[in-house]
Amino acid sequence: MVPVTLRVRRQVAGEGRWQVYKVEAASEKATVLDLLLKVKEEQDPTLALRYSCRMAICGSCGMVINGRPMLACQTKLSDLGTTDISVEPMWNYPVVKDLVTDMGEFFDKHRRVKPYMLRREEEIFEGGDEFRQRPEDVERYLDFAYCIFCGLCYSACPRVAENPEFLGPQALGQAARWIFDSRDRGAQERMRIADGEDGLWSCHYIGSCSEVCPRGVEPAFAIQLLKMRAMRP
Amino acid sequence: MDLYKYDVVIVGSGIAGLRAALQAAWTGRGRLSIAILTKVHAMRSHSVSAEGGMSAVLYPDKTGDSLDLHAYDTVKGSDFLADQDAVELLVKLAPEEVRLLDRLGVPWTREPDGRIAQRPFGGMTIPRTTFAADKTGFFIMSTLYNNVLRFDNVHIYHEHFVTKVVIENGEFRGVVALDLKTGELKAFRAKAGILAAGGSGRMYRLTTMAHSSTGEIYGFALREGLPLKDMEFVQFHPTALVPSGILISEAARGEGGYLVNREGERFMQRYAPQRMELAPRDIISRAIVTEIMEGRGLTDPESGMGHVLLDLRHLGEKKLNERIPFIRELAIRYVGVDPLKEPIPVRPAVHYIMGGIHTDTYGRVLDVGGNWVRGLWAAGEVASVSVHGANRLGSNSLSECAVWGRLTGEEAAKYSMELAEPTIDESFRESVKAEEKRIYDGLLHREGGTVSVYEVRRRMQDIMEDHVGIFRHGSQLGEAAAMLKRLREEARSMRLDDRGKAYNQNLKDLLEVDGMLDAVMAVVAGAYARTESRGAHYRTDYSKRDDANWLKHTLAYMRGGSLELAYVPVRITKWQPEERKY
Repeated sequence: MVPVTLRVRRQVAGEGRWQVYKVEAASEKATVLDLLLKVKEEQDPTLALRYSCRMAICGSCGMVINGRPMLACQTKLSDLGTTDISVEPMWNYPVVKDLVTDMGEFFDKHRRVKPYMLRREEEIFEGGDEFRQRPEDVERYLDFAYCIFCGLCYSACPRVAENPEFLGPQALGQAARWIFDSRDRGAQERMRIADGEDGLWSCHYIGSCSEVCPRGVEPAFAIQLLKMRAMRP
Repeated sequence: MDLYKYDVVIVGSGIAGLRAALQAAWTGRGRLSIAILTKVHAMRSHSVSAEGGMSAVLYPDKTGDSLDLHAYDTVKGSDFLADQDAVELLVKLAPEEVRLLDRLGVPWTREPDGRIAQRPFGGMTIPRTTFAADKTGFFIMSTLYNNVLRFDNVHIYHEHFVTKVVIENGEFRGVVALDLKTGELKAFRAKAGILAAGGSGRMYRLTTMAHSSTGEIYGFALREGLPLKDMEFVQFHPTALVPSGILISEAARGEGGYLVNREGERFMQRYAPQRMELAPRDIISRAIVTEIMEGRGLTDPESGMGHVLLDLRHLGEKKLNERIPFIRELAIRYVGVDPLKEPIPVRPAVHYIMGGIHTDTYGRVLDVGGNWVRGLWAAGEVASVSVHGANRLGSNSLSECAVWGRLTGEEAAKYSMELAEPTIDESFRESVKAEEKRIYDGLLHREGGTVSVYEVRRRMQDIMEDHVGIFRHGSQLGEAAAMLKRLREEARSMRLDDRGKAYNQNLKDLLEVDGMLDAVMAVVAGAYARTESRGAHYRTDYSKRDDANWLKHTLAYMRGGSLELAYVPVRITKWQPEERKY
């Protein structure tokens, strides 16, 4: 057993405070999510946090752990190198309660880049055959398709903090995911949305989005690719 | 309470729910209002965790595969309990669904010529499992979610927890849902409803399934008088990571992985000499537990859990990284084992509920007399159509979710277009008011309450794990029923620690556990009554399949507060029951 001190940022109805919990971890392999659930089930059922798959694929449990946006289920004690842990809700989002943030605007921005197959709809819904792609065609967009909508990139982005109108790394990364898919026909339409002051050009290539992405999506790289495309004569 | 009106309301946002929404929107061509209610954010449903793939006969001319062969494999895999007309529908529509998903944007893994690649899977005689690396469920989910966003008339209600399905005079009326963010209850009156709320692995202690897969909707269905079918058939996936239960996909064995015991023996040669590691899941799970019980397993030092080993070392780095990279990542991250260098500790864990809400072949929800509950459909894991019978074959569930999502979405849309605007009449208002009273006065503002929600849940999970597991015995099942009944009584005074409205997760958890406690009784009652062994249901006191008495589906339903059982025949079209050997 490993004794751990958890400092958790609580917030109910606008009032914020830090609360300290002492909890025993089964081992160094315990995740921050394991510990928070232990607190919730054994000490304080009023603590609110999102979680579901506990295998870093559903994107629910993004939070700021020891000053860095991370997935709680993906972060082990041994990764942190300390048993003093602070946990706060993701930055750049309004807080609903405790560690639960309001992701409504984040989802809206994602929707704005038309993150779906743009082609004649009859062809999509009524066409019989598949659209063929060679393995190398898949490689062009696959890394960008790993986005799990966790919101960590948006939380880590200093430009989102400065310009709340900025579409942000997730939405722009997803614009790239579809623009580089050989089956899609909506590149121009999407570029018109992305290529603006609150779009691509709000990004100063700081790169914190790519650094915190738990799935290696590299939104910063995606945005640079789109900038190059925008500048093409 | 706010009242909303919709043409179609869908409960659940996994592959079945999102596929249903997409089809309803397309069928309605902008003329229908559609709502998706989901207790999580819509893109986070447990379907994201599906790894290995989706079955479909894609290129029969090239592979020698056929619809009949896929159907036969599925029927044999089901230990002959599947309804064969439903299985025929599954295999016929699955290829169309794989191709539609391609046109919607799923990054299927490809052959060099651009065709969609397929891998071998358990119980499938020909490689027909289509995949996107080993994140197939995730890619299908994000593609469906993204494509739902193209339709302005589909409204997604994230984090709306359905507390009641309103059925009056044998007809669907709507649902009541708790908006987690605000704590407000909302009533949704709708012409048509599709239940697509997924499974309930969290009835058990060790499961591959997400924390959100709790299955309270099964309990809520029972309360409305709806029967649950074949709930005793609970699938244990053979290879869950020890000790967390995180899924290690069957794709690992499809790509050539071995299962070995402590002596390094590929023990499946003694249980399924022909199919070995690619026998169906029920057979492999029993084999693993037998190895552990007979002392040929290993013990995890931290948890004390017995396990065997999944050896992937011989697959080589290229195959691991290209075909099953997620497995490698999960093993490294959660147990510190790189499968390229060391075998992975695995054991069986609850993975899928073959049973579910009783429907006909097209997903229409039926009452115990076999009459359609007008306006109501169910699709995906929450439903029992039944295509999986007593044991589901790996990769058939993604096909099922897509196929019945589509069918029910289309049917519900057509049904809605023929009906006039729904009225909010007095009886609907009464139902809604009663639900409001139950949640707010009965739970949120109730005084007292003694036992913790989480303690009740833990005890329920322990009972299910220890008494209703892979090997079952009549006396243990009887004991489990008695214990769960007592727990049910005790749980009436579950304690609510959080009395706030905003994001009251404690209240949501209480409602989940409360629904689950009814649902588990259907599992135990079905298992106790079924005095034979078939598929995933294995009775040590009745170890043979008994077609003379038990080639039939169980229906469990509530009458006057107690659970009763009835039976309906299996629909057989082409394949008579035969001995099931692999």
